[in-house]
Amino acid sequence: MNDTADAPSAPLAIELRDIVKRFPGVVANDGVDLSVRPGTIHAIVGENGAGKSTLMKTLYGAHQPDEGTIKVYGKDMHFRSPKDAIERRIGMVFQHFMLAKNFTVWENIVLGQEPGRFWKLDVKQAKNELRELGRHYGLEVDPDALVSDLGVGDKQRCEILKVLYRGASILILDEPTAVLVPQEVDELFASLRELTRTKIMRYGQEAQPATVIFISHKLDEVLRHADAITVIRAGKTVGEVSDPSTVTARQLAEMMVGSELPTPETRESTVTRQRALEVHDLTVEGDADSARRALDRANFAVHVGEIVGIAGVEGNGQAELVEAIMGLEHASGTILLDGLDISRYSTLERKARGLGYIPEDRQKDGLALPFSIWENAILGHQRVRPYAKGPWIDRDGARARTAEIVERFDVRTPSIDVPAFALSGGNQQKLVVGREMMSEPKVLLAAHPTRGVDVGAQAVVWDILRDARAAGLATLLISADLEELIGLSDRLLVMLRGRIVAELDPSTVTPADLGSYMTGANVAEVH
Amino acid sequence: MGRFGRALIAPVAAAAAAIIISSIALLLSGNNPFTAFNEMWKNVNSAESIVLIINRSVPYYVSGVAVAIGFKMNLFNIGANGQYILAALVAAWAGAQVSLPAPIHVTFILLVAMLVGAAWASIAAILKVTRNVNEVISTIMLNFIATGLVAFLLAEQFREQVTGSLVAQTETLPPSARLPTLDRLFEWTGLDFGNADLLGFLPFAIALGIGYHLLLNRSRFGFELRLSGANPEAARSSGVNPNAMIMKTIILSGAVAGLIGMHSLLADPQFFKYGDQFPRLLGFTGISLALLGRNHPAGIAAAAFVWGTIERGTQPLSRIGIPPEIGVIMQGSFLLSAIIAYEVVKRRNDAAAASAASKAIHEPPPSSPPGQADAAGVRT
Repeated sequence: MNDTADAPSAPLAIELRDIVKRFPGVVANDGVDLSVRPGTIHAIVGENGAGKSTLMKTLYGAHQPDEGTIKVYGKDMHFRSPKDAIERRIGMVFQHFMLAKNFTVWENIVLGQEPGRFWKLDVKQAKNELRELGRHYGLEVDPDALVSDLGVGDKQRCEILKVLYRGASILILDEPTAVLVPQEVDELFASLRELTRTKIMRYGQEAQPATVIFISHKLDEVLRHADAITVIRAGKTVGEVSDPSTVTARQLAEMMVGSELPTPETRESTVTRQRALEVHDLTVEGDADSARRALDRANFAVHVGEIVGIAGVEGNGQAELVEAIMGLEHASGTILLDGLDISRYSTLERKARGLGYIPEDRQKDGLALPFSIWENAILGHQRVRPYAKGPWIDRDGARARTAEIVERFDVRTPSIDVPAFALSGGNQQKLVVGREMMSEPKVLLAAHPTRGVDVGAQAVVWDILRDARAAGLATLLISADLEELIGLSDRLLVMLRGRIVAELDPSTVTPADLGSYMTGANVAEVH
Repeated sequence: MGRFGRALIAPVAAAAAAIIISSIALLLSGNNPFTAFNEMWKNVNSAESIVLIINRSVPYYVSGVAVAIGFKMNLFNIGANGQYILAALVAAWAGAQVSLPAPIHVTFILLVAMLVGAAWASIAAILKVTRNVNEVISTIMLNFIATGLVAFLLAEQFREQVTGSLVAQTETLPPSARLPTLDRLFEWTGLDFGNADLLGFLPFAIALGIGYHLLLNRSRFGFELRLSGANPEAARSSGVNPNAMIMKTIILSGAVAGLIGMHSLLADPQFFKYGDQFPRLLGFTGISLALLGRNHPAGIAAAAFVWGTIERGTQPLSRIGIPPEIGVIMQGSFLLSAIIAYEVVKRRNDAAAASAASKAIHEPPPSSPPGQADAAGVRT
């Protein structure tokens, strides 16, 4: 499995030390280390928002780290742009393909690197070279095919060929398997393995075998295919596994999630029998080209004083469920809020009737970053008191209410007049959560309420949710953080392919069990 | 330096850059920049000139506000031009068809103009909402159609029926539809306006600016509009219907655009009718002014005044052998430098705000998480 184990003195292909990268409002990388031996397949695992993609972009020169050192084959590097990284033979395959759809495969691949002399493009040479590369590594794609006609797997091969064609010997792949079906995953890794074995041929010259770095959060494929694993959590390297055969998926998951973090446990049950939110046959049709419904006849209730957790691998209908309940997505079925049918109500009417909403991506859906904090506190409440008076925004009322939110929910800011982008991620989230809680909703939809925030803010948000539950709030919690789900929820619903496939008791379920329900391995048992 | 002073850094720097660039242009064309600027100064440095500059700036201002309404929502209404020429023509014709007491007559014409502007703009809005047609493309196209339509209507239907006349124009509006000059309001100041009259549409433009400010910055509707511009996703999550907002904003922008020609039609004794001499390109100036004035009601007013000043100042330059086109160079370089300067200032302000906010956080650094899984082969 490990081709270079017998050459320990060779310099590391990649060595990153103490990489820190800050964005306005977020510290994406907060001291990451990464050591990759040449000629290996190295996996980087971590939860969403752990900082994997940021790290890879740093390595590819797409942005510069604020602190830390980058060494490639033992030499210090300062990449000012991806061009510098490409010159050092580093290539990146992005999660979202960067191909011109109405160009052919070979045109896409040679773009910017056209063979030939002067203005003459040597089409024959380009195609021959591509065919040779493809045959060699099992990455065959018809050079004359139009990219828009290709399937996902072929598009990805095209991307990898593009990187190889530019002479890369260190390949970075950002979640390469997210879009592939299982057979394609095996083919992909067979090709990548081949790349690390053979000398790369380019312009008739030989170079060292390739080194592959890939990002994933699918632990089984990481364990099956990687030679070494680096685990990142909350912007830090929390584990380095030099021999994957010595760890289990469970251990990796624990490292990813961090079992030592403050646990989000709720104490005694406050669940009542009074239904605050009821959903009957809620259905969202899928895209025109998708065979299944995005949300398929969901039926459940959330009671006063109860937190119901929705578990599921992302993209299995959770987002549609939330949007349908909020009235942001066209849906059929019935939604009862405190017994009142709100299925025909507008989003604002639903909010005014007592539906609170913490959107999954605060910067995308929850805030207008250039707006001041007090203006952001108005979002979603722009037609009700104290934020509005008749057709006017009540500036004094809104400002006073914002000051209250800042005070009560510990939003750390120099004033309520600073723009929201200036706040850290955790404080932005506290503002969003505080804004919703301040209007005293009966039902709260909380989508990933602690995603990408620091530990301190996470604890604050958990406290808020727990206190509100004790005060009788009914909460629907969607989260990718299984510890959070198990710790906070009174009841867990598992979603798979748009359906609710299981109802579990969080006091007896383990993250590993939950994981197998989420991937569908256990579904047969509950039905 | 106060908030006001800071807001002036960028435009002052841009003005300096514009003067330097146009000086270079003058030198390259073999003219002495000092002579040119001196002559320009003489042309603007009198009460009469100021009045003429204001008269020139008023329609520019209305045009800038019309475009700014769209800009606030990231909608580029390039079609203000088509909207206003069509509106001015129809309003001129309709105004001449009725006989009403003075204030009602004026109101009627203004309403017709706003309705026509809004209706013409709504074509672009409907195309965008139902067929996802980019409003930049559709409004540019609609400008051409409007130009053709105006020529067609003026040639036959709306033409003044005077036998033997070769001039295509609408009937002249009766006195009840004309706005009086404002000169009498200034009599007490003793200022000598010379041959110039301060035309009567100015109060309407000022009211428009105040209305624009109140609507955008104080009303619920304005909040939703700005929110849709700043972050459409967040607006949707906050219950703002994106399509309805697009419709309303484009139509509102079109309604205001309909007023662009009203200064000339109702207040300028040269016109009181729509004809061949009626100004035809005011809508495009509005794009520059909205950019230059940063969509701010006072900013657009200042920008319109600067535009009028440059035009007034350079007008008579040809008398001393200097091409008056230098004015266009000044306007262009001023606009370009201002946009660059705004961006530079904005980045510095953003960075300052971010660092101020991070200082406000006196959090102790989060304690580093304790060591992880102690399985064999794992080191932390």
